[in-house]
Amino acid sequence: MRKNLLAALAAALLIFAFLITAALAETVHWTAIRDARIVPVNGPVIEKGTVLIRNGVIAAVGAKVDVPASAWIIEGNGLTVYPGLIDALSTWGLPQAAQAQPAAAARTAQPQQAQPQQQQQTRSWGPRDRPGTFSWVRAADQVQLSDARLGQARNAGFTTAVTFPRQGIVAGHGAVINLGGKTAGDMVVAPDAGLYLALRPSGYIGFPSTPMGVMAYFRQLWLDAAHYREALALYAADPVNIPRPAYDRALEGVLGAKRVLLPAADPVQMERMLQLAADLKTPAVLYGAVRGYEMAARLKQTGTPVILNVRWPARDRDADPEEEESFRELKIRDLAPTSPTALSQAGVKWAVSSEGLETPRAVLRALKQSIDRGLKREDALRALTLTAAEIYGVADRLGSIERGKIANLVLADGDLFNDSTRIRMVFIDGVRYLPEPEAPQAPGAAGRAPSLSEEEEQ
Amino acid sequence: MRHAILTAMLLAAPPVSAEVTVIQNATIYTVTKGTFRGSIVIRDGKIADVGEKVMTPAGARVIDATGKHVIPGIIDAHTHIALDSINESSVSVSSMVNVAEMLNPESISIYQALAGGVTVCNSMHGSANSIGGQNVVFKMRWGADARGLIYDKAKPSIKMALGENPKRQGSPQGLQIPGLSSPQNLRYPGTRLGVEDVIRDAFTRARAYQREWKDYEARKARGEKHLPPRRDLELEPLVEVLEGKRLVHAHCYRADEILMLIRVFDDFNIRGVTFQHVLEGYKVAKEIAERGHYASTFSDWWSYKVEAYDAIPYNAAIMHRKGVLVSLNSDDAGGAELMRRLNTEAAKVVKYGGLSENEALAMITINPARQLAIDQWVGSIEAGKDADLVIYDKHPLSSYARVEKVFIDGRQYFDRDEDLSRRPKFEAEKEGLRKKMTDQQKQAAPQNRRPS
Repeated sequence: MRKNLLAALAAALLIFAFLITAALAETVHWTAIRDARIVPVNGPVIEKGTVLIRNGVIAAVGAKVDVPASAWIIEGNGLTVYPGLIDALSTWGLPQAAQAQPAAAARTAQPQQAQPQQQQQTRSWGPRDRPGTFSWVRAADQVQLSDARLGQARNAGFTTAVTFPRQGIVAGHGAVINLGGKTAGDMVVAPDAGLYLALRPSGYIGFPSTPMGVMAYFRQLWLDAAHYREALALYAADPVNIPRPAYDRALEGVLGAKRVLLPAADPVQMERMLQLAADLKTPAVLYGAVRGYEMAARLKQTGTPVILNVRWPARDRDADPEEEESFRELKIRDLAPTSPTALSQAGVKWAVSSEGLETPRAVLRALKQSIDRGLKREDALRALTLTAAEIYGVADRLGSIERGKIANLVLADGDLFNDSTRIRMVFIDGVRYLPEPEAPQAPGAAGRAPSLSEEEEQ
Repeated sequence: MRHAILTAMLLAAPPVSAEVTVIQNATIYTVTKGTFRGSIVIRDGKIADVGEKVMTPAGARVIDATGKHVIPGIIDAHTHIALDSINESSVSVSSMVNVAEMLNPESISIYQALAGGVTVCNSMHGSANSIGGQNVVFKMRWGADARGLIYDKAKPSIKMALGENPKRQGSPQGLQIPGLSSPQNLRYPGTRLGVEDVIRDAFTRARAYQREWKDYEARKARGEKHLPPRRDLELEPLVEVLEGKRLVHAHCYRADEILMLIRVFDDFNIRGVTFQHVLEGYKVAKEIAERGHYASTFSDWWSYKVEAYDAIPYNAAIMHRKGVLVSLNSDDAGGAELMRRLNTEAAKVVKYGGLSENEALAMITINPARQLAIDQWVGSIEAGKDADLVIYDKHPLSSYARVEKVFIDGRQYFDRDEDLSRRPKFEAEKEGLRKKMTDQQKQAAPQNRRPS
């Protein structure tokens, strides 16, 4: 009797397992990029090989890969496959942030326009008013597929960005996002990339009105968060005698920060920010680093990664030709493009931001300038892919072409850093995107729809 | 051109350092132990020996200073140089901010001050607040990073301010920023009465905060479990002032408000305050001296605002004669313009007030050192003190005198001849870079052209 029961159970299980497999089998999408040159970044280049994608994840890479008969075949002859590029500090996917940026830049040029906005602000009288604090805001909750810049970014080979909200001085939590998908939720790879801090004071309105005040505010905010955590712990242990702490979203947001992003253009600012991060007891990622060539040793010593702004300083096109530039200015301008080399040689983890550049494609041109001055191509590529993923703790899923990673790929008809090279297509989560026309799009247009298979293409 | 060259200095090699240096046959103004012709031995950054006859150790670097004049490094008790932000003017009590965080070691003012014989300065928060931010004392160790500049032996201090500056932000006439001087943006206080109130209120809050922590510590010692008080970065420095661990530098002008502040300090038992500017100090010198407070003033600078009208160039001399410890300062912010000729500022108290040369020199060396509580280590030429020394080619109080060499901690940080000889090299290097940039621009030009 008992034996029969067991047998019946086993049979039932078998049937169940079969049903599941069958159900899964129906949804398996195989894509194979065949006969392409593959640059996996984590290993040696495969001169002629195949990348096999299964349901948006890389299933196999190699010179010899068994391709299932049902696979959609992409002929890769003459093409090079790279991991999808990552912009390590961006606002892509956050259309409001894009609008906020130029307004801030034009602050000095248009004082009349800036004023009404400023008057709407509530004046802050000190740290307790939590000035410019949006630590509860998460880019992951705000990303939109409708951001027209996503298409431009894909055209340049970017499949991923680490995107941060930008309002105030504690701007909110960034997210690692893929630059495509069916829903906004599809885009998010990691919702906790770090808390973006700016040293942008309020102007004349309220506390803090100086970078010095901003730093004092950060310190107080972090002390308050630690105090809040202690209060919560004490209350949890003894809810009868310890008063229940009031919920505080600003402090919750601070406590949830895996890392902080802090601006540091030069060695002076770098030292300030390293000290600040040490005092906040929070790991730091520095961004900017226009004088990275002077900062490499110290960054290495402290193990601090940096997001390099590759908009190399240049003489203003409309500058007065009679104006004499200082030796220091000239020197910085000359040496800024050597920053990537210096950082690589020192063993500093560095990634790249396209911020301030006219187009995402300009990132590759800027790095080409560095390559011309001694940067290794593989170091440049690594910064755009695997290192960026490592800095944000997503290297298990992004940054290289290897089994198990998200199928974010770029297919180019030559070396990525050559100006004549064209990006032929990108894959995001295994979905192919073809280049879009660069012309400005109609408002609200989401760009060309992604295609899942060859039939949909036709 | 001058600016370009000075900027070039930024990239100069670090100054020469030698184990033992002897400055021989100079006229030495020790300030505290008289003036004589003799020699100074420098070892390990300190003055090892000074006198008319001293042993020259074997292997020492010898500087023949025959006909030259050596004074202790000049100390400026009131500047705002080398700070990337100075004034957190948004609130009337901004004690939570610290200008040390904003110290910029690349600021050319440091080199300018150094070239003028200044070796130590107190760089302060601005005067927009009744109680301002924390200040920083640093040495002109040109080439060091911010931490390397800071003179960590100096007692921490805080800025306070009275009169027009702190009350201006509270008055629609004073806060002349279009669109912002609306009532909701105005900051209390708007009057001198209000300034006193803000100061008294802040120290009263600091006392309560101090007590809160003491109570907590006592309960903790008894084994009771309690949430500690919230740490308050605004009140912590004020508690340090109450406990005598932090000095106060109070910006002030008028006699009435100086007396007001003296009473406030009496009530809170705050000692050793340096009144800054203190242009009407000559009227209340007795009251300042009685409490053991100090004064740091200008030699002959006045009438730049209403509250600075009733000033006289005899101020320093009168306060000194009444027993106040007086220093002369530059108040430099943008560049080190007055700072680099503080020796001639000192000379003016010989003319106005008839003080002795030594008394004049004291006002830019040992007196400011006392006000900053660093006189144990700097401010005079004595064995055991930091080897911060300035060599002049002429009498240091002469307006013809030039600084030839400056030593800090025994290291030579400035040498006039070296500076001059380096300039052509920098100029050539700069010219090379400029040419390189122009060539690059020409190459890139066709791509840069915009479509017509």
